[in-house]
Amino acid sequence: MDFLVFQYPMITIQACLDGLLLGILFALIAYGMALQWGVMNIINIAQGDLVILGGYIAYFMYLYGIHPAWGVIVSPIIMYFVGIAIYKLVINKVVDRDLFISILATFGISILFMQLMNFAFGADVVLANSGYGTTMLFDNNVVLPNSKIFSAFISIVFAICLVVYMKRSKLGRAIRATAQNARAAKILGVDTEKVYAATFGINAALCGVAGALISITFTIHPYMGLPYTIRSFMIVIVAGLGNLPGVAMSGMGLGIFEEFADYILGTEFRIGSVFLLLVLILVYRRFKLSRKREYLK
Amino acid sequence: MNKNSWILYIGILVFGLVAPFIFPAFKVQLSILCVLIVLATTWNIQGGEMGYNSFGNILFYGLGMYLCASVQVGMFFPLAEWTESGGEKTFVHTPSQFFQGMAAGLVVAAVVPTIVAGLIGYSILGLRGHYFAICTLGLGVAAGEISGGIEIIGAGQGFTTPPFPNIGGLEARGEFFYFLSFGALVLTFIAVRAIYTTRFRLILNAIRDNEDKAEAMGIETMKYKISGWMISAFFCGLAGGIMGGLVGYIDSTDVAFDGREMGVFMVLMAILGGKGTLWGPIIGATLFHFFKEGFWTFFLGWQYVALGVLIVVIVIYFPEGLMGWLREKYPERFGEVVDEADRKAQVELK
Repeated sequence: MDFLVFQYPMITIQACLDGLLLGILFALIAYGMALQWGVMNIINIAQGDLVILGGYIAYFMYLYGIHPAWGVIVSPIIMYFVGIAIYKLVINKVVDRDLFISILATFGISILFMQLMNFAFGADVVLANSGYGTTMLFDNNVVLPNSKIFSAFISIVFAICLVVYMKRSKLGRAIRATAQNARAAKILGVDTEKVYAATFGINAALCGVAGALISITFTIHPYMGLPYTIRSFMIVIVAGLGNLPGVAMSGMGLGIFEEFADYILGTEFRIGSVFLLLVLILVYRRFKLSRKREYLK
Repeated sequence: MNKNSWILYIGILVFGLVAPFIFPAFKVQLSILCVLIVLATTWNIQGGEMGYNSFGNILFYGLGMYLCASVQVGMFFPLAEWTESGGEKTFVHTPSQFFQGMAAGLVVAAVVPTIVAGLIGYSILGLRGHYFAICTLGLGVAAGEISGGIEIIGAGQGFTTPPFPNIGGLEARGEFFYFLSFGALVLTFIAVRAIYTTRFRLILNAIRDNEDKAEAMGIETMKYKISGWMISAFFCGLAGGIMGGLVGYIDSTDVAFDGREMGVFMVLMAILGGKGTLWGPIIGATLFHFFKEGFWTFFLGWQYVALGVLIVVIVIYFPEGLMGWLREKYPERFGEVVDEADRKAQVELK
């Protein structure tokens, strides 16, 4: 236990800013989660592994001498096709079934990806060095790496692009129609199969962007996927499906929570505290709803 | 119970008792198989019968594992110094200390997780469907991460369980753990079979089929849900305690709270055999163990890839499991009355 964080306001500011920038990234991943959950009614446990895979694409560009920031463009394009491939092979068989089936099937994909990445890229913790330097604030008491600011900025840009795309384009309209009522959309001539594939592809592409940004700002490792899945799941259940400002807010909240947990409890309990927070949130919601004799649906 | 099933049970019991002497090289494998069957069967109580698909039974398994080893050490020696010394043993259990410690440890390993399940049951079991699944997944991983940060049980470097006392060497060790796990298996089977003949099972099935209606019929569903989970926790803890001694080394995320392996295995075994049947998880666990050992031997290094593919294939193509498939094919064998004309009519309709 270390309460230094409350005694020095600068550390508090540092933790808040770090958390905010981190939370914007989480919100981007959670947006993809909300998209596929809302449209296809599946929960994708492999979400975090898609993020890590996207990160490795950027890392490889870095290894071959290309600046990893270009990964933000390349990684989503590759990940889109990876997403389509996963959809065609597995997801299209679990779309209409029980949610537990989709959880278990994507758990299988997650294990598969983890191990394949472990073979392909090795079990080392890696990061792609962007060489962006740092920004000093408040008399050099608060240090913000520019790469974090860059990643938050790019996340916001991608999120805005996606929102506009969903509102304006034909495919976006088809996706929203399918989310509202798949049957009616089908009757009105929407090829729902194609919409589902595109949705999953867009989700994977978002994961690719987030992964590329994570490989620049933090570190990636083949087995680090599951915490990202849990974080995005948590953000979505707090904010609710289709509530975009809510997703952004709860993402940032989670980021700040994590930074403080890191300072107060110690880094070894960071991931544990995220998972415990998930349990606490679910239990809190359950007790709140059970007063009205309802339950989480 | 008719004559045939008695013959079957006695046959299996006799086979179980002589198996370590017929296949002396596979004693450890057979012990692990027994533990896997215990885990799959007890997962089935609340996963298959009650419809609450949990990824979190690994919590009780890991808890039992740590508790059994801690009690076994802590009864005779200071626990902190034991874990600090790590692999280099400064303390040695005498045979009588070892067995006393093991017995006490197994009792604690079974009882404490049951109490824990009872305590958290009211909060967790109020969640339904996929929320329950994800919540229990979170519980299991959180337990692993947190126990990996606690110094007294070895933190990140792991916890070596007391080595088997120096009597009879490796042979005796294998036989001891085999009979321990086989005993746990027999106990589990008798308990589960007894439970499945009572009204309790019907209530669990009612909860699975429609919880709201079950509640409307006047069943206090929460009471039964918690009891079901506590029964699972009891046997999971016991299995964990045995497995800890068998493996000889406890690591927080790789052995005890191994959600990526054991936590998924127990779900998968029950699904492979057929959820909601007595024999399904047993057959599933046996088949799965053969598959797994095959993978681990022939695809060394690629075993998780094969495992991932296996999970996807089982879940997508055999969600009802082996018993479900057999039931569809030969409903008469499962005691369902089938009207021959009706069946023909159905076939023609297709």
